[in-house]
Amino acid sequence: MTGGTDRRPLVEIKSLSKHFGEGEARVDALRDITMTVSQGEVVGLLGPSGSGKSTLLNAIGAVIEPNEGWMRLDGEVVYDNRWIRRDLRRLRLEKIGFIFQTHNLLPFLDATDNVAIVYYLAGRPRVESLKRAEELLDYLQVGHRKHAMPSQLSGGEAQRVAIARALANSPRIILADEPTAALDSVRAGIVMDLLRKLAVEQQAAIIAVTHDEKIFDRFDRIFKLRDGFLVDIEERARPDPANRGE
Amino acid sequence: MNLAWRDIRYKLGRFILTCVGLSLLLAVVITMAALNRGQIEDATALVRAIGADLWIVEADTVGPFAESSRIPGDTREMVARIHGVAEAGSITLQNVQLDRAGRKVRLQVVGYEPGRPGGPVQIAIGREITRSHYELIADRQTGLKVGETVRLGRNDYTVVGETRGIVTLSGDSIVYVTLRDAQQLQFELTPPAARREAARGAQQREQTNLVNAVVARLVPEVPSEEVAEVVRRWKHLTVLTDKQQQDFLTVNVIERARRQLGLFMAILTVVSIVIIALIIYTLTMDKIREIATLKLIGAPNRTIIGMIVQQALLMGLASYFIGTAMVYLFKGWFPRRLVMLPEDIAALFGVVVVVCLLASVLGVRAALRVDPGRALTG
Repeated sequence: MTGGTDRRPLVEIKSLSKHFGEGEARVDALRDITMTVSQGEVVGLLGPSGSGKSTLLNAIGAVIEPNEGWMRLDGEVVYDNRWIRRDLRRLRLEKIGFIFQTHNLLPFLDATDNVAIVYYLAGRPRVESLKRAEELLDYLQVGHRKHAMPSQLSGGEAQRVAIARALANSPRIILADEPTAALDSVRAGIVMDLLRKLAVEQQAAIIAVTHDEKIFDRFDRIFKLRDGFLVDIEERARPDPANRGE
Repeated sequence: MNLAWRDIRYKLGRFILTCVGLSLLLAVVITMAALNRGQIEDATALVRAIGADLWIVEADTVGPFAESSRIPGDTREMVARIHGVAEAGSITLQNVQLDRAGRKVRLQVVGYEPGRPGGPVQIAIGREITRSHYELIADRQTGLKVGETVRLGRNDYTVVGETRGIVTLSGDSIVYVTLRDAQQLQFELTPPAARREAARGAQQREQTNLVNAVVARLVPEVPSEEVAEVVRRWKHLTVLTDKQQQDFLTVNVIERARRQLGLFMAILTVVSIVIIALIIYTLTMDKIREIATLKLIGAPNRTIIGMIVQQALLMGLASYFIGTAMVYLFKGWFPRRLVMLPEDIAALFGVVVVVCLLASVLGVRAALRVDPGRALTG
């Protein structure tokens, strides 16, 4: 098991396995995965297609149920060979933020409402939700586009709004699926620096699936997967938050 | 934050077009209901217009509308003498077809005795028939105007008055003439051979002195059953109260047509359910990714169900109001009378709400099955 040693672990996984199908059709997507990601860390999941990156992300996000293993998120054991935590929707709402490859903003809501909806779903009053959403958009430097519909935003702007949505409930774990795939290298660097800054400032753990070599240097560690196995963990020099992401 | 409304507003053009299409379907359902009511109204229009308490017709018949009825012309005097009868009048009914401005116009000619029951109770324009011959009161639906002349049989009749909304069971227009003119017209319009036979014999007078029914209005406070009982003693006559006459027309005579309309309405309601369900299902399938995203970020099922059900209801109700407005707007253009009663409109409102709820089940089922993980796939 590898992880940040001086920080509180937010994602702890032991011997996690997941397969699809049975018999000859059985595909082992995850095999005996053990890993830990701590607060303030930005880690990457790397591997070829079918290596299990997305399955691992979905399992951490409580989107799919593993077959066996153990998982603790933000100090709460949520899975121990079965879901311990009953209300997975609430778990996602309270603890996990998602950033998608193609931003996945709701096309019928403007930028502010796309962020405010998370507060709204958490039961906050509308006025407060809108105020918090606008603050987040300002923080991510897209406040000037707060009334724009997703179709009117550029790729970079849309991804920032999506990041604002992922941060809305101050989640402790942020899961990002190819967050820079739709961006050019400059914007990809900006987004990754932003995520790093957030990880440090909000003491969150960020796990990103990526193929994008140009952002490898933004990760603290890279978990390499192949055929469902965690085959390697590449420790990278931890960038100085004062110089990165500011 | 109302997601249903936001989504509708985002694709407003598509929503409006869908509503217009659906409203046409609902307009047909509303039209069927209104036709059904109109049929009842038409069936009883003449009976109500005459405003009699008792109908005296040929023995063992339910004439003069549902069955043929012929009784002697002097029956009226006999009936008028019964204690409790305030006034009585003879009527004849006869269908004729006119050529008017190159169009065939079907009419029912009602012969009555001016000043006695059997004629129109209310005249909208013009006056009552005052001359003994060749004057006519026409319903507005005939298109005949006051002052106009029209040829019936061998004589020209002058239109002196106009009534509103009085038609036959089959929706044909009604004109009123004097009883004597109507009897003469019956004779003139019989087949030539019969007419020649009638002209040769002394029976002509008897034949033309037949009427189809005698209608009687009773003295207030006199029970109709008491007078009816007296008439029943004359074995050659049958007596029907006004209510019996109306019930018979609505329950027996037009029942088959009403059942037919009812069946069409039921089929159209099922078709509406299927169409609304398919529309809602398609709209839901178009939003699979958005629904998956909502689920992933923690939206409860009730938020997603609410969005789909609200959209179905908004669509159904918008279509209902557009459809109702369309029928109101165009009901004058229909050849048969459309009667839209508030209770029918309210009932249809309830049906639309239930239909929308049922139709949204398919969309809700699809939405609840959406895997939140779909939001993560590229």
